[in-house]
Amino acid sequence: MFLTDEFRLKVGLAEQLKGGVIMDVTDASQARIAQEAGAVAVMALERVPADIRKEGGVARMANIEKMREIMEAVSIPVMAKARIGHFAEAMVLQALKVDYIDESEVLTPADEEHHIDKHGFTAPFVCGARNLGEALRRIAEGAAMIRTKGEAGSGNVVEAVRHMRAIRQQIKHLTVTGRDELPRTAKDLQAPMELVEWVAREGRLPVPNFSAGGIATPADAALVMNLGAEAVFVGSGVFKSQDPERRAASIVKATTFFSDPEKLLESCADLGEPMPGLDVASLDEGELLQTRGW
Amino acid sequence: MKIGVLALQGDFEAHSQRLAELGAEPVEMRYASQLREVQGLILPGGESSTNIILLEREGLWDELLEFAREKPILGTCAGAILLASQVSNPPQRSLAAMDMSVERNAYGRQVDSSIRTVEPEPEFTERTASGSLEAVFIRAPIIRSIGPQAKPLLRDGGEPILVEQGLHLAATFHPELTADTRLHKLFLDKVRST
Repeated sequence: MFLTDEFRLKVGLAEQLKGGVIMDVTDASQARIAQEAGAVAVMALERVPADIRKEGGVARMANIEKMREIMEAVSIPVMAKARIGHFAEAMVLQALKVDYIDESEVLTPADEEHHIDKHGFTAPFVCGARNLGEALRRIAEGAAMIRTKGEAGSGNVVEAVRHMRAIRQQIKHLTVTGRDELPRTAKDLQAPMELVEWVAREGRLPVPNFSAGGIATPADAALVMNLGAEAVFVGSGVFKSQDPERRAASIVKATTFFSDPEKLLESCADLGEPMPGLDVASLDEGELLQTRGW
Repeated sequence: MKIGVLALQGDFEAHSQRLAELGAEPVEMRYASQLREVQGLILPGGESSTNIILLEREGLWDELLEFAREKPILGTCAGAILLASQVSNPPQRSLAAMDMSVERNAYGRQVDSSIRTVEPEPEFTERTASGSLEAVFIRAPIIRSIGPQAKPLLRDGGEPILVEQGLHLAATFHPELTADTRLHKLFLDKVRST
């Protein structure tokens, strides 16, 4: 499956975004701010996750006119979210020519049993995952990029860290698992044997692995990059903070220079207040976004 | 032979791998001081506008202009846009190291990206090896015009997709995303002879 031209092109775009920051935006002026700050792509949506969390109700694909406005406002790639399993929303987004479709747990799932068959689309998809099994199931369905889920809209990086560490540890474990034990591991992971063998051999995911869900500060971005994220998604963290322009540019800087303490210090200075954070441990199971999808 | 790969953002890892396969020593470049250590530089694919912002913000722009006067640069996709003398859709700053005008995202959006097989110009095969070449275009630019000093080494449907001018090479596609190392080899030859 990795050898088809179509899949190589999908992964190819994800490769170009590496080392960058993808920012959630809800209108053209936010999109311009993100681009000016050095974002490598924007994610068009109606409400940022922190507002979805606060306001409740059903969160759907964004308004078409708003997405068009955003696509016209910037020259960097524009991504947009479809509900889990809502392949008709995905069809609309593909026809709109968004550059990447995020089948996202941040929106209200449309199907609690099935994710979108992403092989059937020419537009590439990114999907969330909390562990290796979930990542490989999404890749088997055709996702060309994985982002660890974290806990969107929380301003708390703890879940993003948990998920990135989980995937990395599971990959490491696979590389020292004997051939004879791989089928059993595939069964435990609930992932296709072909992909499990690939990861065991290569020691990485077959598609780029980005980090998302709770990144609110430059130091948060540097943390997940040091843990192996290849790029960073920032949702509410920019536009729910006191000084979005500055924070956006600082998160970009910290993502580029994630292993340089002096540059990190520069990126953290004079930032104003971050978005308010949530203690994820105090949230009820039903309030968690990461448990949506399987 | 040390070759820098600009690593502010983009697919610098794939370029580094291709260079290592050819026996060169890739250096991921994030600081102006690193430019003094390397004999050649690759400007990888990524977002050209993002790279311009970061180059300016981190004080690399002027150093890069100076580097371009003395040592070879290979720019691919976004990197080619940085090397051009004129950029459209939208207009933006560039290093103007090569006399050519480039239109960004000229094929359209991601769903218009494609992989195509091209037959190289005789000079390209003479300097590398024979055979057709697989070109990966991702939200790619098109070179709309080139100056008298610039020489096309690969074309697709009449449009130049690999151009050489003096020390530099600009490709609108992604050689780092295929197993064909001819373009990287050609670049290393240029570095060696400089």
